[in-house]
Amino acid sequence: MISIIIIVLGIIMIIAAFLAIHFKSLLSAIISAGVISLLASVIYLLLAAPDVAMTEAAIGSGLTTIIFIFTLKKVKKGDPND
Amino acid sequence: MIKRIFILLALLGLILMFLPFLRDFDFHDQLGELSTQYVEDSINDLNSQNVVTSVVVTYRGLDTLGEVTVLFLATAGVGFLLRKKNKSQNPRKSSELLQTASQFLFVLIIMTGIYIFIHGHLTPGGGFQGGVLIATAFLLLILADTNVEFNHKVLHIVESFSGTFYVLLGLLGLLLLGMDSFLDPTIIPLGSYGKLISAGAIPVIYSLVGLKVGSELTTILDKMGGE
Repeated sequence: MISIIIIVLGIIMIIAAFLAIHFKSLLSAIISAGVISLLASVIYLLLAAPDVAMTEAAIGSGLTTIIFIFTLKKVKKGDPND
Repeated sequence: MIKRIFILLALLGLILMFLPFLRDFDFHDQLGELSTQYVEDSINDLNSQNVVTSVVVTYRGLDTLGEVTVLFLATAGVGFLLRKKNKSQNPRKSSELLQTASQFLFVLIIMTGIYIFIHGHLTPGGGFQGGVLIATAFLLLILADTNVEFNHKVLHIVESFSGTFYVLLGLLGLLLLGMDSFLDPTIIPLGSYGKLISAGAIPVIYSLVGLKVGSELTTILDKMGGE
């Protein structure tokens, strides 16, 4: 049962990774990359590694996404064509 | 066309590289020699309930010190590159509701973070996770109230003091226990198994790591988004 859930989550992760490359909007790509980390943390939890799952959820899907969004905001502010 | 062929060749090479891992992979029913040693030692010698924590802080303590150093360097780099220039623009103030709720949640998130790194030797989690949670609480303040100002002097003092005490605790082990015991947590009495005060210096070290990570990430978030 758990392996089926892990396989489904892995397939969703691959789809999200593919979308992160192919999205035209950078914000969507960032959020898609955050979804990968969130699902990875769920998989870690299912594999009985709660320590790694907490780190991944907090740093991978929370902080990294936020820092990317802040950076995107800064980069757009400096762009004269925008 | 030639680019695609090269991409396919690179992918094929990667697959060939990782194929042996897939072939030799098998599930273990029992722990290996080293893991058994870690589990037994962390329970018998260190009185630590969470084996992961005792591995991270004690047996691989030097790696943790390295990680903290890397984070410190990253913060220094961000602080050097992103100096604040002008903070003149004054966006509209956020609503009363948002401010009150964020202040209420701020305290709760800070308390959860402190709980996580103080109980690092008993429950999952530890300094890094708790520190990130604390930084997230400050992030909530940044997002809810765009005019918030942090006292950078306090942040820097907390960061440098926790880093210094972390290294000093490690050096204390050298001084008290002999040459091969850098970052040995047995310099503090071990306490009783499963209680808050147990596992020697591990909760102290993890609290210091948590404070350091929290203040560093708060500095990064403030530098990146707080203008």
